[in-house]
Amino acid sequence: MKLKEVPQDKTPLENFTKEILYAKNDNNEYQSTLSSGWDIKTEALNEAWSDIEEDINKAKELLENGIKSPIYYLMVKNLMTLSILSGYTGFWKITIKKHFNPKVYKKLSKIRLEKYAFAFKIPIEELIEFQNTKKEKN
Amino acid sequence: MKEFKHIQSAHCENGVTSSLFYNNGFEEITEPLAFGIGSGLFYIHLPFIKINNGPAISFRSVPGTVFKRNCKNLGIGVYQKTFSSPQKAQLALDTELAKNSWVGCQVGVYHLPYFPLQYRFHFNAHNLIVFGKQGNQYQVSDPVMEETTLISEEDLSRVRFAKGALAPKGRLYYPIIEKNPTNEQISNAILKGIKRNARDMLYIPSRLTGVRGIGYTANKIKSWRNKLGPRRAGLYLGQIIRMQEEIGTGGGGFRYIYAAFLEQSHSYLQNDKISLVSEDFTKSGDSWRNCAVAMASIMKGKNTEQKDFDEVAERMFQIKEIEKEAFLKLRNLVK
Repeated sequence: MKLKEVPQDKTPLENFTKEILYAKNDNNEYQSTLSSGWDIKTEALNEAWSDIEEDINKAKELLENGIKSPIYYLMVKNLMTLSILSGYTGFWKITIKKHFNPKVYKKLSKIRLEKYAFAFKIPIEELIEFQNTKKEKN
Repeated sequence: MKEFKHIQSAHCENGVTSSLFYNNGFEEITEPLAFGIGSGLFYIHLPFIKINNGPAISFRSVPGTVFKRNCKNLGIGVYQKTFSSPQKAQLALDTELAKNSWVGCQVGVYHLPYFPLQYRFHFNAHNLIVFGKQGNQYQVSDPVMEETTLISEEDLSRVRFAKGALAPKGRLYYPIIEKNPTNEQISNAILKGIKRNARDMLYIPSRLTGVRGIGYTANKIKSWRNKLGPRRAGLYLGQIIRMQEEIGTGGGGFRYIYAAFLEQSHSYLQNDKISLVSEDFTKSGDSWRNCAVAMASIMKGKNTEQKDFDEVAERMFQIKEIEKEAFLKLRNLVK
């Protein structure tokens, strides 16, 4: 890649930083240079996010229909897997799976909710609120 | 007290390595040299793991190795520590800072407050340098950023104890440079770096790694359309584009940084044949970028026929040949 071919497209990095790329200058030598971004990879990033948002919407539906607990929804919303959530809470994966059940979730102690609140970086009150609202199964 | 100088780089680990050397008075190692001495170039496709619903592919060596191999090849000492609790980790960091050492720090990016939201995934092998503390804010030099930044105790503690794959466990590290390496030591380190990189790319007995790994992915791509449907297959290709081109790669899946390394090696080795192989990696980097353009048009739904997938695979087979030739040349040159 030549210096003049280094793309300078508008990207989500705009207000964050420009990134360094390595390209060849007129003396045919490599030098580092700043790039604001490249459309090709921004599109790839956007596609990845639209895929993630689809997953989050699905999880939201499961939550609203009373099929899954907020733990499941918040896990998906935070882009977590069972292993990551297990890492943050210290619960076994199988335990977390049980907490996906809305009925089990309602009975969770404050100590356990505290761990989830930490993992999702939200106030525990939000989780307690979910426990008190009634969700009808369709 | 010596002023810390922030140096921006393409990739975080190269950057931390080269910047920590520089700020400790050993100024010769540029980012490309750090990358090459650390044998940073790689390719691996792990078929049993999915990352963000896509294929697990990497264009570089395992995180942490670039720093370690640089110190080892250059005869530099290493301080490195992980911690069992955030409290101990913070205490150790504060103690090191009080001794006026700049400290490398492994973090997860998901909760890194200054990162743009779109870039926050559960990726735990980001590296930055903490170079001071003002009140309860740490001064941070993140090598991929143009400027330094501040981060609170609480936030830093959280990203140092990010969970998931490659969890940092509060890892701190810095080089202990007693005497600056001589030019001869640097030359030897460069040769060792090249030798190891050629070995990793050519001779690991697995079809998933090195140049054979590129062929493995190419073969997979041919089957993706039928197996996954055009939409999911397109997303998979998008994931390859991101691993290859996202901030931190220097463009072309790190291939341009490696080309720059071979070019810069000339100042130490005075070996025209080795620096000439730089051209091969320029070609490889260009081919990867052209391949990304082809993958993007599938991803966007412009071209979604089987022949379009075959074309991407064909491009990757060609890249495989370019890199194989290049590393065979290097291997014979540094024997």
